[in-house]
Amino acid sequence: MDYKNRKGWLYLLPAFLFLGAFMIYPLIDVFVYSFEEGYNSASQTFFGTGLYNYSYVLHDPYFLQAVKNTLILVIITVPLSTGLALLISVALSSIQKLRELFQTVYFLPYVTNTLAVGLVFMILFKKTAYSDGLVNLLIQCFGGSSVDFIDGPYWAKMFVLCFYTIWVVMPFKILILTSALASVNQTYYNAARVDGTPKWRIFTRITLPMISPMIFYLIITGFIGAFKAYSDAVALFGTDLNAAEMNTIVGYVYDMLYGDSGGYPSYASAAAIILFAIVLTITCINLLVSKKHVHY
Amino acid sequence: MKIVLQNLTKKFPSRNKKSREEVIAVNDFTFEIPDGKLIGLLGPSGCGKSTALNLICGLLKPTSGRIFFGEDDVTDLPPEHRGVGLVFQNYALYPHLTVLKNITFPLENLRGADKLSKEEMKKRAYDAARLVQLEDLMDRKPSELSGGQQQRVAIARALVKMPRVLLLDEPLSNLDARLRLQTREEIRRIQHRTQVTTIFVTHDQEEAMSISDMIVVMKDGVVQQIGRPQEVYDEPVNLFVAKFLGTPPINIFRGKVADGRLYIGGEAVLPVQGVPDQEVTVGILPEGFILQENGPLTCDLDRVEVMGRDISVVSTHPCSENASIRSIINAENTVDPDAATVRFAVKPRKLFLFHPETGERIRFTAE
Repeated sequence: MDYKNRKGWLYLLPAFLFLGAFMIYPLIDVFVYSFEEGYNSASQTFFGTGLYNYSYVLHDPYFLQAVKNTLILVIITVPLSTGLALLISVALSSIQKLRELFQTVYFLPYVTNTLAVGLVFMILFKKTAYSDGLVNLLIQCFGGSSVDFIDGPYWAKMFVLCFYTIWVVMPFKILILTSALASVNQTYYNAARVDGTPKWRIFTRITLPMISPMIFYLIITGFIGAFKAYSDAVALFGTDLNAAEMNTIVGYVYDMLYGDSGGYPSYASAAAIILFAIVLTITCINLLVSKKHVHY
Repeated sequence: MKIVLQNLTKKFPSRNKKSREEVIAVNDFTFEIPDGKLIGLLGPSGCGKSTALNLICGLLKPTSGRIFFGEDDVTDLPPEHRGVGLVFQNYALYPHLTVLKNITFPLENLRGADKLSKEEMKKRAYDAARLVQLEDLMDRKPSELSGGQQQRVAIARALVKMPRVLLLDEPLSNLDARLRLQTREEIRRIQHRTQVTTIFVTHDQEEAMSISDMIVVMKDGVVQQIGRPQEVYDEPVNLFVAKFLGTPPINIFRGKVADGRLYIGGEAVLPVQGVPDQEVTVGILPEGFILQENGPLTCDLDRVEVMGRDISVVSTHPCSENASIRSIINAENTVDPDAATVRFAVKPRKLFLFHPETGERIRFTAE
């Protein structure tokens, strides 16, 4: 190894040290815990090794509920939020006046605290002894009967969670997509205009392919983010998510570690590894698909 | 398809909100471009030539004036209904589509009676590709092509819909010097083959002169002169045109006319009839000098550059407005490179007089 090379490694060393200590070591540790039965972090002891933790977690109805919730959340929010963000970005790019104002308005949720937003959503949707909440008032206006979105039926709670998640993740996507749209060279549109290309075809044949790398970036990070959802559910339904049937996988891991019924790092590790496997698989599939469809 | 421009004007609002001044990019263009010719729109950068092209193409709406293609008034038509093909300066090839898809792209937009089947599209695309000698590269992406090849794809894409008018915006500016020579011949050849009326924009006078049937010289949004390249070169209407055309450029002197003679620095260079006594700006083309031992124009010799067929004599003169005077002389003449001065006579038809303030040409008869 020559001098220059050694110097390069030396510069990388601090980053490697931190990554090793705070990412790679814990990751391996979690992987090890997930195979140690009845691990106790205080006494650093365990009964034996094997797949029991996984078997327990996979048979735990709370975990299965959490997986179901997370999958529904992912499948609904990622395509919807990306699609809506695309729609809004295209609309934003095509207006001249007040564009900056609208951009700011759309970006506001991004800088607002999750829990504060959760509180607002509670007020909008929650049914209390005094009021049915703003949304229920609206529903009644149109002749429907009011629904308890926070403590009511499963679909209503899921609706609020999805709605909330979409609302929270959209600003970032809009920001990325508007800048992606702005970076498409105007001469492509001029060229298309001279050739008499209809608007819709310009969008599908030129704009979309040109910004496809950004769209796929958003889809991949969106999937990962949605799989890791937890604070959104807490903001809406409080900390006892199992009781509310609104737990997510990360929430389950947290409960297993620190929750009221917690103190099971082995189960938590197994659940975390399962989540890791799911996210890894989905991301790999995403990358494979994007290779086919993303240009450049 | 002949193109007629009538009082075509384009004003842009000022960027500075405080000053109400408008920028007049194209000022009162009135001229006719004959059918099937190759026209060079020539001028320094910022003179409005690209704006003029965009007006003809329809990407910009004129502030006033009309545009006719043949007998049709196309002023209010959008670009797609004008039947124009446009080649952009940076080619604007769709990077995610293959060459074939790029070329068929305009055809896929055809609707109704003009709608083509897949086979017809492919056939038309291959015809266009053959014209620009691209048929072996149809499956490549633009990024896998050289600059010259990309340029040809852009031309094929513009030609495939059989436009009435082909417009090229600085078609050669992104190519290296060698490719530029080659490509301009190519453009000439393609234009001859297709006989489509072609307008191209350039700031390079050599480019425009070499391939155009007709050049339009522009400055600050105003047409200075229109004509065949040789005509414009031989008979510039003003100082700007004279200075803009020709390599090496024309040599400019301060001079004065008195008693029907042109004086440059006290030496009577040429008899000029029909010019009242006044200060003048004198332009002498590089090939307008004749080596003569007792010639009337005495210059301080700087150096002699031998170019084979010709020699280039570089000298200075106190009345010259250029840093040096460059004269091109047949190599049969010999110049002693160590001599202090060199003396010239001047060919009257290669010498132009201009008004020192307005730059307008002052005509004279030599005899």
